[in-house]
Amino acid sequence: MIDTLRLTAEEALGLLERNDVSPGELWDAYRAAIDERDEELHCYLTLSDGPDGEGVPIALKDVIGTKGVETTAGSKILEGYVPVFDSTVAARVKEAGLPLLGKTNTDEFAMGSSTENSAYGPSHNPWDPTRVPGGSGGGSAAAVAGGLAPWALGSDTGGSIKQPAALCGIVGLRPTYGTVSRYGIVAFASSLDQVGPTTKTVRDCALLYRVIAGRDPLDSTTAEIPQVKLPEAEDLKGVRVGVPRELNEAEGIEPGVREAVERTIELCRELGAEVGETSLPRSVDYGLPCYYLIAPAEASSNLARYDGVRYGLRVSNGGYHGMVEHTRDGGFGDEPKRRIMLGAYALSAGYYEAFYGQAQKVRTVIADEHRAAFEDFDVLVSATSPTVAFPLGAKSQDPLAMYLSDLLTIPSCMAGLPGLSIPCGLSDGLPVGLQIVGRQFAENTLFRVGHALEKAIGFDYVPERLR
Amino acid sequence: MAITREQIEHVARLAHLALTEEELERLGGQLGAILEAVGKVSELDLSDVEPTSHPLDLVNVWRPDEPVPSLTLEEAQANAPQTEGGFFKVPPTNEPEPS
Repeated sequence: MIDTLRLTAEEALGLLERNDVSPGELWDAYRAAIDERDEELHCYLTLSDGPDGEGVPIALKDVIGTKGVETTAGSKILEGYVPVFDSTVAARVKEAGLPLLGKTNTDEFAMGSSTENSAYGPSHNPWDPTRVPGGSGGGSAAAVAGGLAPWALGSDTGGSIKQPAALCGIVGLRPTYGTVSRYGIVAFASSLDQVGPTTKTVRDCALLYRVIAGRDPLDSTTAEIPQVKLPEAEDLKGVRVGVPRELNEAEGIEPGVREAVERTIELCRELGAEVGETSLPRSVDYGLPCYYLIAPAEASSNLARYDGVRYGLRVSNGGYHGMVEHTRDGGFGDEPKRRIMLGAYALSAGYYEAFYGQAQKVRTVIADEHRAAFEDFDVLVSATSPTVAFPLGAKSQDPLAMYLSDLLTIPSCMAGLPGLSIPCGLSDGLPVGLQIVGRQFAENTLFRVGHALEKAIGFDYVPERLR
Repeated sequence: MAITREQIEHVARLAHLALTEEELERLGGQLGAILEAVGKVSELDLSDVEPTSHPLDLVNVWRPDEPVPSLTLEEAQANAPQTEGGFFKVPPTNEPEPS
């Protein structure tokens, strides 16, 4: 009997290697779990017919283009869209022999922090189905936490991997910009979008990162990366851990979240790390406004392609222009419309310098502040999300309140830095995530710190109500 | 920052969105509130700061200019709402753009 709630991907790999279970048995165990729990959790938008590989099965967020498998990005405008080519990450996963379980739910075009912006209905948090799993990659995170996939890929623009991982009590990595190919990924904000793993353990995360990372001739923004090392060490000797004041004292951090993070910082000391306070004076206050100018500006350009001509929905209405405008009005939900309009405004004549131009300069300030902090420290730590999972509907009518979910994840995204979220405790019975941010291309350091903390914390990633 | 009805309609036109009356009201109001929040970036004097358009210091990547296999016509049009004779078919384009 395979316990999909408990089994890590690394353990599953071991079972296959020792022929303790067959690839078909492993696949069937996850499909049985999906049949049992996905009606409640709604993690998947599309399920595969059968295994197309002999390895550990995987789920992919529905912004990741998959040849022959419907890819909607959580939007009605792409309903029925079946890519004729694989994204590079889908191809790499396939080459590694990882069969596709299915495509997971996401806020429309990855715009959101709860999956409530999905045109296909929200996913639910396995710890408490009346609460959100976070977003945009809430389907992937809930699938892994709920035992409906051993591991999954998400995409992160301002927190869409790290925040759902935190809210679902699992591990999520937003890799350094440029380490993972964006070829074939439904584009949101191209200077920020990154694909990354969502897993139960840090070692699983490193294993999956190793499969997907590396230069891709089809994405010229990808770079050569250092060899990925699986973490072994269970101490933090010689690691300098910085605690940015503004990230840790930001308004809106729940007391229970603060306590869990403070306990973990103390644990860093006990494990031999050198811990000190540092400062990112303007990155937190100005990070969110900066992000909500740059990301929508890029989105307004990227989403111009949905015009009812080459693929996706078409709504006929008079001539060509009427068709385009009604296709877009009928196909996009509220959040893409808000962001497209915000972006178009920020880029329009008369406002460009004051909004988009100024935001690009703030981005320089944020990158410089992080660079300065990394002169004294190897990693920076804080809470991943200011809150634990919130009830469905609590923020869905207030876009600005929803945007604050990413307050702590956005600054490092703007600076192109990698960030790992690991579960570090519970607050009111719900998981709290610790965010560990590193220098560009320092994923190995994040794995090392994350692994040592994970071992010391001993967090049980199986949701209490499912044990 | 208050955003006028005319500005909202102008932005919707720029974005090629045929918003309904209800959407113009609702999304317009939200847009005003969001603009007020993001307008915070103007508090900073950054006249001597260079803008960042991209997080990595990358140089351009070149490859030999050699043909490689690409999508077939059938594949490229597989998801099209309407095609004819190998073309993407659209409604008449000679109508004036909505003003």
